[in-house]
Amino acid sequence: MNVLEFIRSFFSDGSHWHGYDGIPQRVWEHVQYSASALAIATAIGLPVGLVTGHTGRGGNALAFVSSAARALPTFGLLVLMFVWLGIGITPVMIPLVVLAIPPVLITTYEAVRNVDPSPVDAARGMGMPEGKILLQVEVPAALPLILSGLRSAAIQIVSTATIAAYVSLGGVGRYIVDGLYQRNYEKVVGGATLTAVLALLVLVLFWAVARVAVSPGVRRRRTA
Amino acid sequence: MNGFFDIPSDLQHSYPGLISWHMQEALIPVLVGLLLALPIGLLCVRFNWVYAPVLWVTTVLYAIPSLAFFVVLIDYTGLSRLTVMIPLSLYSLVILVPSVVDGVRSVPEETNAAAAAMGIGLVRRYFQVQLPIAVPAITAGLRVATASSISLVSVGALIGNQGALGNLLTTAMLYHRPVLAVNSVVTTAVLAVVVDALLVLLRRVLTPWQPPSARRAGRGRATTAGAARTPESVS
Repeated sequence: MNVLEFIRSFFSDGSHWHGYDGIPQRVWEHVQYSASALAIATAIGLPVGLVTGHTGRGGNALAFVSSAARALPTFGLLVLMFVWLGIGITPVMIPLVVLAIPPVLITTYEAVRNVDPSPVDAARGMGMPEGKILLQVEVPAALPLILSGLRSAAIQIVSTATIAAYVSLGGVGRYIVDGLYQRNYEKVVGGATLTAVLALLVLVLFWAVARVAVSPGVRRRRTA
Repeated sequence: MNGFFDIPSDLQHSYPGLISWHMQEALIPVLVGLLLALPIGLLCVRFNWVYAPVLWVTTVLYAIPSLAFFVVLIDYTGLSRLTVMIPLSLYSLVILVPSVVDGVRSVPEETNAAAAAMGIGLVRRYFQVQLPIAVPAITAGLRVATASSISLVSVGALIGNQGALGNLLTTAMLYHRPVLAVNSVVTTAVLAVVVDALLVLLRRVLTPWQPPSARRAGRGRATTAGAARTPESVS
């Protein structure tokens, strides 16, 4: 039996489609974990990245923070938090947020910093206040890059949220971890497929958001 | 921190043994990823239209979670180190290809023209002119790749104790000894920081023409526009 056969039999099994261990329930849990982790990481990383990118200061501190965050092993942090804090959502959120902050923070900083200075100077010359310059000139121009940082964070979160199942939470990682212990290969492959599909959906989602949110002028210049 | 370095005997490794195992499992894949990324980068630079599809394929590869990747590979490579190292090589490749391509693309046109005028061929120009100039961008990618590789090895603990220092985590759960988990996290983080520092050092050695002061000032648009975009944005 090859992997495709496993995928087919996993998804065609009717019992996988309802109940507390059904695919809709597990996918919904996975989406919830991922969305909250991304929201927290964005709430922390985006403002800091925007302000530091605008002022151009603190680049070294940001680089230090993000390499420190990258050095922390995600899985290790998960187990450690679980042993310390016990069963719950917090031990899962902490490693996921730590994982997602470096891409959001660094990409936002670099994106705002690398905006063409001439429109920024023009806006300043016309008497635009600094806050408006940031939000109305720099952010629209930097948006494609900012979104790509968020996208990469989201993909890493979605694929890493599978390990939440190891510390007794839900999500599609449940199938992978359970299948591994039950030696049920079909379940494992099914869980893996679901995660990959979710990650691809994230790609599509961000592509769609970029189509809608990025101003046509900025988009044209980037493709040219 | 009583018993911090007391490793349960069922791990069949001493503390230094776990460290060297972890480093092998993390760094060999990065090396393999780099060796694969260089020719792929050459293709992408030479034939511009190759780059977009390559980016798509690597982005999709990166979307496959490591745990799922390990588990699917068990069928082919068994419960071995190879099962952990193959996905890690691919992840490194995904991170490194954009850094190589963007780094090479940021080489000034005059430099390329000068190399062409001196009669240096395409492949030689790539390896002897463009890649050395792209070293800062490539090391930026290498830093991200090694950090993620060192972190991901631990997940291998879930597939039959193939996670080196990560095995301490599963044992910490098994025997309920949090100190082992602390040991694992701290050691892994220290390893990542040390390797990161070594890579920064390597870049300084390989780019002696960049004086330390100019490097900091050079963090402006021209030099890092490509490099800055690479590590995070595409993966």
